[in-house]
Amino acid sequence: MKSTVDRGGAAQVVVSSGLTRRSFLSLSVALGGGLVVPLIFPVKGSRAAATRSPASATFAPNGFIRVTTDGRISVIIPYVEMGQGVYTSLTMLIAEELEVPISKIDVEHAPADDQLYANPIHGFQNTGDSLSVRVTWTPLRMAGATARTMLVCAAAARWNVPADSCRAENAEVLHPPSGRRLTYGALVADAAVMPVPEKVPLKDPAQFKLIGTSTPRIDTVAKSTGVAVYGIDVRFPGLLVASVASSPVKGGRVVKVDDHRAKAVKGVTQIVVLDDAVAVVGEHTGATRKGLALLDISWDAGPQGQYSTETLVAELAAASKRNGVVATKKGDVAASLATAAKRVDAVYQIPLLAHTMMEPMNCTVRLSRTHCELWLGSQAATRAQSAAAKITGLPLDAVEVHNQFLGGGFGRRAEFDVVEQAVRIAQKVDRPVKLIWSREEDVQHGFYRPYYYDVLSAGLDSSGTPVAWSHRVVGSSIIARIMPRFFKAGLDEDAVEGAYGPYTFPNLLIDYVRQESPALNTGFWRGVGSTHNAFMVEGFIDELAFTAKQDPVRYRANLLCEHPRARSVLERAASLAKWGDPLPTGSGRGVALAFAFGSYISNVAEVSVAPSGDVRIKRIVCVVDCGRAINPDTVVAQMQSGIVYGLSAALYGRITLKNGRVEQSNFHDYRALRTDQMPQLDISLVISSEDPGGVGELAVPCVAPAVVNAIFVATGKRLRTLPIKPEELKRA
Amino acid sequence: MSTTLTINGASSTLDVDDDTPLLWVLRDVLGMTGTKFGCGIALCGACTVHVDGVATRSCVTPISTLKGKSVSTIEALGATPAGKRLQAAWIKLEVPQCGYCQPGQLMSAAALLGHTPHPDDADIDAAMAGNICRCGTYVRIRAAIKAAADPAAVAPSGAKR
Repeated sequence: MKSTVDRGGAAQVVVSSGLTRRSFLSLSVALGGGLVVPLIFPVKGSRAAATRSPASATFAPNGFIRVTTDGRISVIIPYVEMGQGVYTSLTMLIAEELEVPISKIDVEHAPADDQLYANPIHGFQNTGDSLSVRVTWTPLRMAGATARTMLVCAAAARWNVPADSCRAENAEVLHPPSGRRLTYGALVADAAVMPVPEKVPLKDPAQFKLIGTSTPRIDTVAKSTGVAVYGIDVRFPGLLVASVASSPVKGGRVVKVDDHRAKAVKGVTQIVVLDDAVAVVGEHTGATRKGLALLDISWDAGPQGQYSTETLVAELAAASKRNGVVATKKGDVAASLATAAKRVDAVYQIPLLAHTMMEPMNCTVRLSRTHCELWLGSQAATRAQSAAAKITGLPLDAVEVHNQFLGGGFGRRAEFDVVEQAVRIAQKVDRPVKLIWSREEDVQHGFYRPYYYDVLSAGLDSSGTPVAWSHRVVGSSIIARIMPRFFKAGLDEDAVEGAYGPYTFPNLLIDYVRQESPALNTGFWRGVGSTHNAFMVEGFIDELAFTAKQDPVRYRANLLCEHPRARSVLERAASLAKWGDPLPTGSGRGVALAFAFGSYISNVAEVSVAPSGDVRIKRIVCVVDCGRAINPDTVVAQMQSGIVYGLSAALYGRITLKNGRVEQSNFHDYRALRTDQMPQLDISLVISSEDPGGVGELAVPCVAPAVVNAIFVATGKRLRTLPIKPEELKRA
Repeated sequence: MSTTLTINGASSTLDVDDDTPLLWVLRDVLGMTGTKFGCGIALCGACTVHVDGVATRSCVTPISTLKGKSVSTIEALGATPAGKRLQAAWIKLEVPQCGYCQPGQLMSAAALLGHTPHPDDADIDAAMAGNICRCGTYVRIRAAIKAAADPAAVAPSGAKR
């Protein structure tokens, strides 16, 4: 997490081969003579390799690069593909140094294995926090360079010429003086028994052929023709399907089930009753959904049956009066606030949000007494594996996870609740079973982005410059649940991430009050802490600028002495948006800025607000500096993506509870932006040679604040709570 | 009781209740998983197929309504000239991200080009607003539809550099 990420840029990654020659050889043997270079993370005992036969290694190889004697070159990518393009960008990192065109590389989903594939920042196999490129930027290039170096040495030895007279190109080693050449496949046997070099040089970036060049994604064709396989698409003979109704209230229990009508549905084979859910199992989902609708289930709601959003907000408001755990402290905020020429106070709130990935949650389980196989798209494969092991009592290595393409993740697929439920169902069914949640289950049983209730105060001097900034973050801690080792002394580093933006204040106090609700689950949501805090910070700094009667762009720019790159994206966005140009009445421009995931972004939103209060987003200008862009077109795509995700939340996103139950259920009342509501998007990418920053979540944080700041200009109404409600903007 | 359907030109006889939604017949009975489940109540468009050339949400289409009609799915899209152009444009402009909604997007787009070979923005809004993409690929979908309608004038999708 952020505690180990340098605030100045990309993650600090320790590169270690951790491999002795002996462990390397044992891996090679286990994999049937292939050249395997799993040098990124220590292979402690190479447990998995030792226990797998050569035949099964084809399915679950160790390491990141595999070249086989038939010339096949595979990369195993431990960060999952959920739309953000990592299967291509991470492959590019390897291919650049390996000297193999992308088109000759097969990309494989990694198996669950924390020893080989743990995210070095999180400590377990996890795709999130926009880390994939940041944590692999050096290690995967090293992996490619090491493999290439060994292949070159193998060829040189075969030809009895100096290695430095040979070079690699297009999956071959060439010896230009003699014109000889050998394919990588032909060198596998020799390279596999060579010692792994301790250190290999990486290319000078000026020599990059792939990195920095927009490269077609490896999954585009499969995803444009309907052949890409997601978890929900997994099929094999004998597979049954299941539809489920879980307790509508967290902690609720099944009391009684009348299933006689469901059982009569053709194609329904079994009703499975769990403590907190009822599943209908059958031959096809048409039958199981029909059966589910015919079930008559009596629930005991349990202690949370009266819980509502009002309860939640009241709990958070009360918690905000408590002293928090100090996250950042500089100077004396209390004294500075007391003596400031002007003091500004505000409470900002953001609602619970569901993820609503297009592919509903699902998990396929094949269970025997000795073995459990899971098929699903998971951001955290080893968490899924552990969950299944715990329920079944099987050892970890008896649980095999077959990861698939994810039809969206956004943080929701880092959870394993659906795995637990699917395994529990599978325990009561004689055949393998695929559990698919309905959209209603998905919306109503989420791990929601927490409701935050933040209290901000600032003191301005007589010139309007902020001399004090305090921001108390109040809400649930996701870190405490998912990554408890990062939850230290009551502080959630993610919850306070970006709580004062990239700005410099002489007196600063950030504190955090943890307040959990017993009636709901919270989880990471695309953009994590930065998305929550950017809304608060960018709204509040805008308030300060207007209080000081200063231009919001200039006001921000004056506070960016520690972040020249932030100032640069801000000013470029303002310039591209023609910031000073007049707009018609009822229209406005708003700006927002963030430093998140090691990258910088600024958005300028242009909106118009009708007398009815209806908001139309006309245009969003987005300038991004993410350091070196590995695949520039993917960076642009992620900005387009994050803006749409952020707009959906800003305009519509809100999960509410009543009587312990989530009130929303599907896309009619938990809406997503549609194409006819799209603004014009103008994305501009700063060319940079800084280390890469994250991009998958980067565009989300700056959307809502830019829009509400624009609405303020258009209407004079300052919105401090999301989503935007037209009824609050109606003009007489 | 069995029902016979014509899907992608081939005839299939199905031994399922005739109120079964087409979506699940395609996916679970016939194993054609290109057509996706997203919402179950015709709100998101992921399950879009063509019934006699008309974009249709298969999740709410009972197979009883399909007797004598011709169903086509993403699996057969590339066999039509417009479908082929659309897929080529989707690939050229790098439209998909997670990709899950794209079969439905493509089927809606193909139906649009079927009745409006040169759609303007309003036509695209009308035909495509029923298809949700949570990855937000709308800008590229629009550009790809225009490119497929007029292959000579492909709009660039990239950033200003």
